[in-house]
Amino acid sequence: MAEAEKKRVEVRTKMSGVFYRKASPEEPPYVEIGSVVKKKQVLALLETMKVFQKVKSPASGEVVEITAEDEAALKDGDLMFVIEAG
Amino acid sequence: MFSKILVANRGEIALRVIRACKEMGIATVGVHSEADVDSLHLELADQKVCIGPAVSSKSYLNMESIVDAAVQTGADAIHPGYGYLAENREFASRCEDRGLTFIGPTPANLGLAGDKIAAKRIIEKAGIPAVPSSRGGVDGIEEAIRTAAEISYPVMIKAAGGGGGRGIRVCQDEEGLREDFSVAKMESRASFGNDEVYIEKVIVEPRHIEFQVLADGTGHVAHLGERECTIQRRYQKLIEESPSPALSPALRREMGEAAMEAARAFDYFNAGTVEFLLDKEGRFYFMEVNARIQVEHPVTELVTGIDLVKEQIRLSSGEKLGYGFDDLDLRGWAIECRINAEDPRKGFLPCPGTVERYRPPSGFGIRVDSHLYQGYELPVYYDSLIAKLIAYDLSREGAIRVMRRALDEYTISPIETTIPLYREIMDDPSFQEGAFDTSFIGKFVPNVEDDDDEEDD
Repeated sequence: MAEAEKKRVEVRTKMSGVFYRKASPEEPPYVEIGSVVKKKQVLALLETMKVFQKVKSPASGEVVEITAEDEAALKDGDLMFVIEAG
Repeated sequence: MFSKILVANRGEIALRVIRACKEMGIATVGVHSEADVDSLHLELADQKVCIGPAVSSKSYLNMESIVDAAVQTGADAIHPGYGYLAENREFASRCEDRGLTFIGPTPANLGLAGDKIAAKRIIEKAGIPAVPSSRGGVDGIEEAIRTAAEISYPVMIKAAGGGGGRGIRVCQDEEGLREDFSVAKMESRASFGNDEVYIEKVIVEPRHIEFQVLADGTGHVAHLGERECTIQRRYQKLIEESPSPALSPALRREMGEAAMEAARAFDYFNAGTVEFLLDKEGRFYFMEVNARIQVEHPVTELVTGIDLVKEQIRLSSGEKLGYGFDDLDLRGWAIECRINAEDPRKGFLPCPGTVERYRPPSGFGIRVDSHLYQGYELPVYYDSLIAKLIAYDLSREGAIRVMRRALDEYTISPIETTIPLYREIMDDPSFQEGAFDTSFIGKFVPNVEDDDDEEDD
C-alpha cells in the first residue's frame, strides 16, 4: 500500500529567528496545508538579525502541518512544518 | 541649545548619542521596542518610552509613535542615529511639522541623497568626477546595451532607490546584461518600490574612501579628512581607518576639496559623508552622499579630536561651524573593527543568543562602543553589529599592535563573532602594508562575494 510508505518529515529551525510564511505582506503564503511540494522548494523565510534565509523542504511530499505562526519569533530547533514524504 | 533630545534608535548608537547629550547637559529620552526592555541605552537615558512591538517596522520605523513620544515627553529635538529613520525625508518633515528639530540634514538633503540619479546629475554639473554611468534611468534592454558599450564592461545594474549594497548586479558582458536586466528591474521594484535602474561602470580593484563633512547651513563647509573603508564583504564595511594609507597629502587635499564642493552643490546641512571610489591609478570618482552620522565615525573623532555627535547637535541648534580642515590638529592613526554576531566561517551567518561571558578590552588606545553586557540576550530582530572596537596610536603600525592585543583580550561567548577573522587580518602582511582593495576579504573567507544566502544541503 502506498499509504504505508509515507513518512512524516519534521522541518525545524537551525537557528532562532522570525518566521515568515510569505515573501511580502501582499503576497500569498509560500505553502498551505495540503500543498504538494518538491524537495528544496521554499516553504517559508526565517529572518535572523536582518538576514533572510529560505526554509526549504527536506523532502518531496505534502504539507500536513504548519506549526508556526506567521511573524512568530522561533527558537533554535522549533518545529515549523510537517511534510508527509511520498 | 536643546533641553531634551529623544534618541530614535537602539544599540550602540543610542548609547553614543545619550552619552554626548549627558556631557552637554541635555536630558535624554530613550525609546525601545517590546523586545528591547533590557537594552543598555534605557539604563542611561533619563526617560524611556516603549514605541511598539519587536518588529522594527512597528517600532523603530514607526514615525508616528516616535514623534508622539517626543511630543509627550517634552523633547525639543530628535536624534535618529544611523539606519532606521535617519535618512527618511518624510520623518524629518514630520518632526518639523510637530515643532521638533530633526538632528541631521534638511528634508531636501535627504531627498537628494536618496535619489542616486538626481544626486549624480548635480555632482557632474559641479564638475566633480563621478563613476561613468547612464545619464539617468535606463528603461529598456537596448538602451542598456548601448550605454554599457559606451562606458565599457564590466558594468553594474543599480537600483535608483537602492542603498546599503542592495539592488546591485554585475554584468561582465552583453550576454550577462541581457540575462540580468529584467531581473534587476523586478528586484528593484520588490525591494524599493521603484523599478528605475541605471547602468554604472565597474571600477576594477577599487578602494573605498570617504570624507567626513560638516556644514552649518550658511555656506560654511569643512571636511574632517578621510576614512578608508575598503575592507568590506558584500558592500558592507568591516574595518575602517583614518587616515587612509592610500592617500598622499596632495590627493587628500584634492579629494577633500571635491567632498566640500559636493556638499555645497547639495546645499548640505549638518554632518554627512561623501563616498568615493579610488582606482589603482589614483583617480577618484564620486559615489554617493550618506546623509547621517556613520557607524565608522569614531575613527575620525580619534584623529581629529572632534566629537561628531556633539557637532551634529551644536549645528542643529543653529551654531556656526567656526573652523576648517586646516585648523585641525590631526594626530595619529585610528582603526575600527566592526564586531558582528556572525560566523565568518559560515558565510557570515548571524549568531543570536545570550552573552554568557563578556569581558571587553581596555587600556591605552582603546575605545569600545557597544551595548553588550554579561547576560544580555541578543534579540533576533535587529542588526548583528554588537560592538565597535577602535584602536588608536601615533602610527598605523602602532594602531595595528593595539588592535591585535585588544582583539586577544575581547571575550564574548558563546556567541560566534567576527573577532577571530579580524585577529587574522591584523597579522596579514598586505593589510599591514596597507595594500588591499575591495576583494581583500575573499582571501580569508573564500567565495564570500558570490555566496548565496545559505548553504545548499
